[in-house]
Amino acid sequence: MLHPRNLTTSTAARLLPLAAAAALLTTFPAHADTGKLLLTGGVSSVEGAAGGGISPWAVIGSQATEGEVGVSAYASRAVTRDHGLSAYGVAVGIHDRVELSLGHQNFDTGVTGRALMLPGLRLKQDIVGAKVRVAGDAVLDSDSLMPQIAVGVQFKRLQSSGLDSTLNALGAQRSGADVYVSATKLFLAQGILVNGTLRATKANQGGLLGFGATLGGADNGYELQPEFSVAYLINSKLAVGFEYRGMPNKLQRAGQAAGLSDGLRADDWKDIFIAYAPSKNVSLTAAYVDLGRIVPATTGGRKQTGVYLSAQIAF
Amino acid sequence: MKNLITSAALTLLALASGATLAQSMRPAPSAASAYPVAPAAGLYQAFGEEAGIRSLMDDFVVRLKADPRIGDQFQDTNLTNLAKSLSDQLCQLSGGPCVYKGPDMKTAHADRDTTRAQFNALVEVLQQSMNARGIPFTRQNQMLALLAPMHRDVVTVR
Repeated sequence: MLHPRNLTTSTAARLLPLAAAAALLTTFPAHADTGKLLLTGGVSSVEGAAGGGISPWAVIGSQATEGEVGVSAYASRAVTRDHGLSAYGVAVGIHDRVELSLGHQNFDTGVTGRALMLPGLRLKQDIVGAKVRVAGDAVLDSDSLMPQIAVGVQFKRLQSSGLDSTLNALGAQRSGADVYVSATKLFLAQGILVNGTLRATKANQGGLLGFGATLGGADNGYELQPEFSVAYLINSKLAVGFEYRGMPNKLQRAGQAAGLSDGLRADDWKDIFIAYAPSKNVSLTAAYVDLGRIVPATTGGRKQTGVYLSAQIAF
Repeated sequence: MKNLITSAALTLLALASGATLAQSMRPAPSAASAYPVAPAAGLYQAFGEEAGIRSLMDDFVVRLKADPRIGDQFQDTNLTNLAKSLSDQLCQLSGGPCVYKGPDMKTAHADRDTTRAQFNALVEVLQQSMNARGIPFTRQNQMLALLAPMHRDVVTVR
């Protein structure tokens, strides 16, 4: 399936003229303004990796394709009923093979901070990511079910804040690493892109509430969480879709041990999105997000639904 | 002189038998690569059949030559011949009655160095042409799905 010469004889014969046309192309200086096809590289996820809004995909960020190096930058903002999140970062794509990303998140705890007697509390997290494409081509291998596959890692560090003593008491660390494998496939004739990601993680709310928990004998180990994205290409500039991301729930037990009942439980994340690319170098994403309960002890158990907006430039 | 003729004859014989061998070594059709090689229903008609495809390709080759990224590569190309060849191919691929007979793809690419960026640029120019002809996005993608796997035979493996 991975062998580059698996076309049948008759298919090969039918493909000859366009191949002949392409054969007329000779060596060309490497630069990244030719690059990838529109909207096939995903957008910037909230953790900096190229993908959907909340989940990394197997695609490599930036417009750079083989033999090129490209860069992308993003700024995103999510506002839910009780909280806000700002995120920004950059990613470098190398030869459509390796992606390195830097992301920063600034979480406005709102009513939760006030309930903890920490009004104005902001949780800031830095994320260094790396991703390597190991097999497949998500876009061009349209005669095969083989997806593009990538493996990635995200090193996360939560900056020191007023929440440190609480996290210490719960037995949650302030740094951690997620490891994931993603498979992305564009069903080109149907205009449907599908991604599945499996992430090994112990991050609470992506790491904004620390990593793991030990209080009350909480399960402090890594767990595998599934993530899914489906996007439909309406036209060459517009895509709509939905996403799902499983979320560890390690703080619930620690919260029970602290006498908070289920006040620290977490739910899976979901969103529906629309992405618009007015040009090859710009994409805008809007989404309705449902992050479930986040520290429900302080928010009356309200679901954190809201709006997500993101802008990306890529070269 | 006689030696020269003999060696030339031997060389031709060797080339001929090599070509025969290459023919017999071509891979047999395989079900594993058959997804979705068949064209979508009505694709040929959606492209305006033979005449529509020919005018699409006439437009495409002009754009190719004018493209700032890859146009240089087509400066010495006979655009009429290229458009005719491409038309035969797309016609046949999309389910039309045409038959393309041309040079072997591997031979055509043996001494070429084609990048992924150039391949993508060519696809983009084709998208521009299809947009200009008012071909619906869904139909465009159905055609591209038949063409895209060719990257494996066109782009030089590095």
